[in-house]
Amino acid sequence: MNLTKKSKDNLITYGIVVAAYVIFQILSVTGNLSSHMKGLLVPMTYYAVIAVALNLCVGILGELSIGHCGFMCIGAFTSAFFSKVTENTLPSALRFVLAFVIGIAISALFGFLIGIPVLRLKGDYLAIVTLAFGEIIKNVINAFYIGIDGKGVHFSLKNSMELGLEPDGQLIVNGAMGITGTPHNSSFTVGIIVLLLSLFVVLNLVNSRDGRAIMAVRDNYIAAEATGINVTRYKMMAFIISAAIAGAAGVLFSHNITTLTASSQYFGYNASIMILVYVVLGGIGNIRGSVIAACILYLLPELLRGFSTYRMLIYSIVLIVMMIVNWSPKVIEFRKRTFGKFSLKRQ
Amino acid sequence: MKKLNKAVSLVCSAAMAMAMLAGCGNAESTGSAAGGGTFKFGAIGPLSGGAAAYGNAVCNAAELAVAEINEKGGINGYQVEYSKEDDELNAEKSVNAYNTLKDWGMQVLVGSTTSACSIAVSENTKADNMFQLTPSGSAVDCVKYDNVFRVCFSDPNQGIASAQYISDNNLATKVGIIYDSSDVYSSGIYQKFVEESAGKNYEVVSAEAFTQDNNTDFSVQLQKAKDAGADLVFLPIYYKDASLILTQANTMGYSPIFFGVDGLDGILTVENFDTSLAEGVMLLTPFAADAKDDLTVNFVTKYQEKYGETPNQFAADAYDAVYIIKQAIEAKNLTPDMSVSDLCEALKSAMTEIEAKGLTSEKMTWDASGEPNKQPKAVVIKNGAYVSAQ
Amino acid sequence: MSSFLTYLISGLSLGSIYAIIALGYTMVYGIAKMLNFAHGDFIMVGCYIIFSVSGALSGNSFIGIIAAIILCTLLGITTEFVAYRPLRGAASPLAVLITAIGVSYFLENVALLIFGADIKSFSSVVKWEGLSFADGQLRIQGVTIVTIAISLIVLVGLQLFIKKTKQGQAMLAVAEDKGAAALMGINVNRTIMITFAIGSALAAIAGALLCSAYPSLSPYTGAMPGIKAFVAAVLGGIGSIPGAMIGGLVLGIVEILSKTYISSQLSDAIVFGILVIVLLVRPTGILGKVIQEKV
Repeated sequence: MNLTKKSKDNLITYGIVVAAYVIFQILSVTGNLSSHMKGLLVPMTYYAVIAVALNLCVGILGELSIGHCGFMCIGAFTSAFFSKVTENTLPSALRFVLAFVIGIAISALFGFLIGIPVLRLKGDYLAIVTLAFGEIIKNVINAFYIGIDGKGVHFSLKNSMELGLEPDGQLIVNGAMGITGTPHNSSFTVGIIVLLLSLFVVLNLVNSRDGRAIMAVRDNYIAAEATGINVTRYKMMAFIISAAIAGAAGVLFSHNITTLTASSQYFGYNASIMILVYVVLGGIGNIRGSVIAACILYLLPELLRGFSTYRMLIYSIVLIVMMIVNWSPKVIEFRKRTFGKFSLKRQ
Repeated sequence: MKKLNKAVSLVCSAAMAMAMLAGCGNAESTGSAAGGGTFKFGAIGPLSGGAAAYGNAVCNAAELAVAEINEKGGINGYQVEYSKEDDELNAEKSVNAYNTLKDWGMQVLVGSTTSACSIAVSENTKADNMFQLTPSGSAVDCVKYDNVFRVCFSDPNQGIASAQYISDNNLATKVGIIYDSSDVYSSGIYQKFVEESAGKNYEVVSAEAFTQDNNTDFSVQLQKAKDAGADLVFLPIYYKDASLILTQANTMGYSPIFFGVDGLDGILTVENFDTSLAEGVMLLTPFAADAKDDLTVNFVTKYQEKYGETPNQFAADAYDAVYIIKQAIEAKNLTPDMSVSDLCEALKSAMTEIEAKGLTSEKMTWDASGEPNKQPKAVVIKNGAYVSAQ
Repeated sequence: MSSFLTYLISGLSLGSIYAIIALGYTMVYGIAKMLNFAHGDFIMVGCYIIFSVSGALSGNSFIGIIAAIILCTLLGITTEFVAYRPLRGAASPLAVLITAIGVSYFLENVALLIFGADIKSFSSVVKWEGLSFADGQLRIQGVTIVTIAISLIVLVGLQLFIKKTKQGQAMLAVAEDKGAAALMGINVNRTIMITFAIGSALAAIAGALLCSAYPSLSPYTGAMPGIKAFVAAVLGGIGSIPGAMIGGLVLGIVEILSKTYISSQLSDAIVFGILVIVLLVRPTGILGKVIQEKV
């Protein structure tokens, strides 16, 4: 076969995901997978998806975002809202597909709206504004009260009493209590399909004309502008796609856990930074690395459960050590000197 | 990039291998647990992160209760094994914790500690038909499935009881509220309290929120209550934030009656806290650490010995939970070799029949809905100790 | 009107706390060009040291503060040496950011293991009651005045240090261009280490004041004020020391006033919204330098 190096590389990425899927499915069917591991599979897929999304923003577009979980939050809430409203009227497969469409579309819309101010800024200022938007989204959703009764949709930003629902009405979004009872539709298979689709979108984008333009903007936007590249357009394009994929992760999230609350553990800046950790450890701009790193780093604290109270302490030490081993110029040089002769052939 | 890739994939494969091993090991232990001669109780709560104080209280007290039971010969002659898992106040992690415990062979769950986590986990216990008794998951939806019961009062219940108590005792004419709008527990009580206040002999004059990201400065909330002339401030929040509110109210010279619910319990045991600030604070709580009955004295002494802290109502609820399960198991003469599902069915019916006595109430009964039937106690803080308000 | 003044004073006291934290933040940020996410946790460590030492010495907070400053300085130097220095010159500036997050988790979890999760009530190190005006209607707390005074002293001290001393000039040079500074014979590693030492000492002082104003101490005490102070530093203009002070005060006042007059539920959203607006009008913060990018 006459494959370019790039497409071979991409095929390896898809191959790893598919292989992981097959292995886990076999283990699961033959009963060799503990319930703990089974429960981790779906979260692993959506953290991998959002890591891919963030890597598009940080690695390919070159803009540091520390509020990406905000988009995940939007995707999660809009889709859960839709699923909850149509729970008894639509068949579950169709409803779930539509939930994806809605979650992704609205996240993309917000990606556009937030992109307008954010992408005018640079560097750390841009990062802090993404953090600000993430926190704004979380805070505002926490104050949302939406109910539905015979007369239609009621909305309040203050409290549920203001809605004035009829006795037969249903309170769907209840402020800090969020949405409870979203149908449990996410599964490992769906998660893997979403992951493959987002990989497909991002990898194809990177290897396309548009992708090259985006990377040109990242490397030197003045030079890119001088070459006639519409900088704003390409920045916006990458940012919106990134937001949309993050939204898809949110849809998976909200249909996996039946209680959805807009709290810091899931959508705050700390959560966004965790995703950033996945991206940096997997390699900035390295999409496959993000998927692998997301899986490992999500698994790690779970596998450390045996250490009980020392769990998070060990996790933090492992994080620091991994960063130094992977990124320190001195360690990289040392590794090159020691193991250099083995990898020479490959390069 | 190549090198990085390799390093990453290396670590990855190692981790995967570890995961597999862990997975296989666990799968085996599940098989053997069913035939074992011990009951296996599990508990879940936030043991790290900002809410760790609550999770630790629950998990420690459950551990203490299990140790006591084992010392006295176990349940129906069978010893009890106990394991706890951390959920970091995260519903997703709570489900992971549940699955870990399930692999370990858990038969009965005491948890989760917090409402949102408890709701998420109940989805799984329902599917597995495992008996779940949450010590402190107070949101309405926590017990929506028939296999889930709770020890604490529900949020609406506390809101109603508070409104009732304030009006019955003519405590105030104008009430201000300070609540945590980012917290399930707090906003649940707040909503019901306001609904219930309509038509009572007092008026709600201010209702100000704060969030967990914004819980250091309460001067605005207090000033607004003061400006509105509130002579009672209702605090449906946890003692952590309340201790700051009391300090700040004192600095600004505002001294209404502060009225709290069970989350406020624990305020007197905050290390180094000036308890004179809490003088006159009223709260509806099922538990008082300085009560003089034998049960409480025994529990508090042992807890302090073992963990070096004074237990709060979270701990009391969890301690009761373990004993309630013990009583229910004894009532039906159950044995550990029964399947999880059979245990659950038997415990479900036992729960509606037993009448438990514990730290948090002299007499607790349950109906099939899972709600406890017990009386809240109103206490007032005098000279740094709880005194019955009546 | 008087109630407005009351709120303004509340804003000032919150803002002064943000300002003193932001000063330490911006110091490290401006010179080492790294976002030290663990700065808030250094504050928490400082608070625990004061709490423990003062507790052991039956309430002598002065020795507690001195101990906190010394130990935090040592902690800052150690952290810099162990966790941050190996990553200087890494292919991406994000590497050291992630390590800082690791350090932050590490400190929080160590504190959790040593001191437990339950909050501790902190006795104010400022015993002075403060000033009252208008028959006690308006009161400025002692700790607010002390905080503002210390912030100003730190502000002037830092400015003088940077402008007038050789070491300060070296810091400026390192901030401008590490490579060129090294060529000029400046010991970059030492300069950055000193920066961290000063930043950490400031964190200890900020911790004492934070916990005196808001006396509740837990392993996570420093996290949120830390991030707010970072926002304040950005608002004022990264690397600008007077900017950090102004940013902190503005942030505190805006937070309190939005809570008062708009919505207590949405105040976080409003504060961050204002940050967005300010940065759109002035993309490098209130006092930030506008840097013209060249090819």
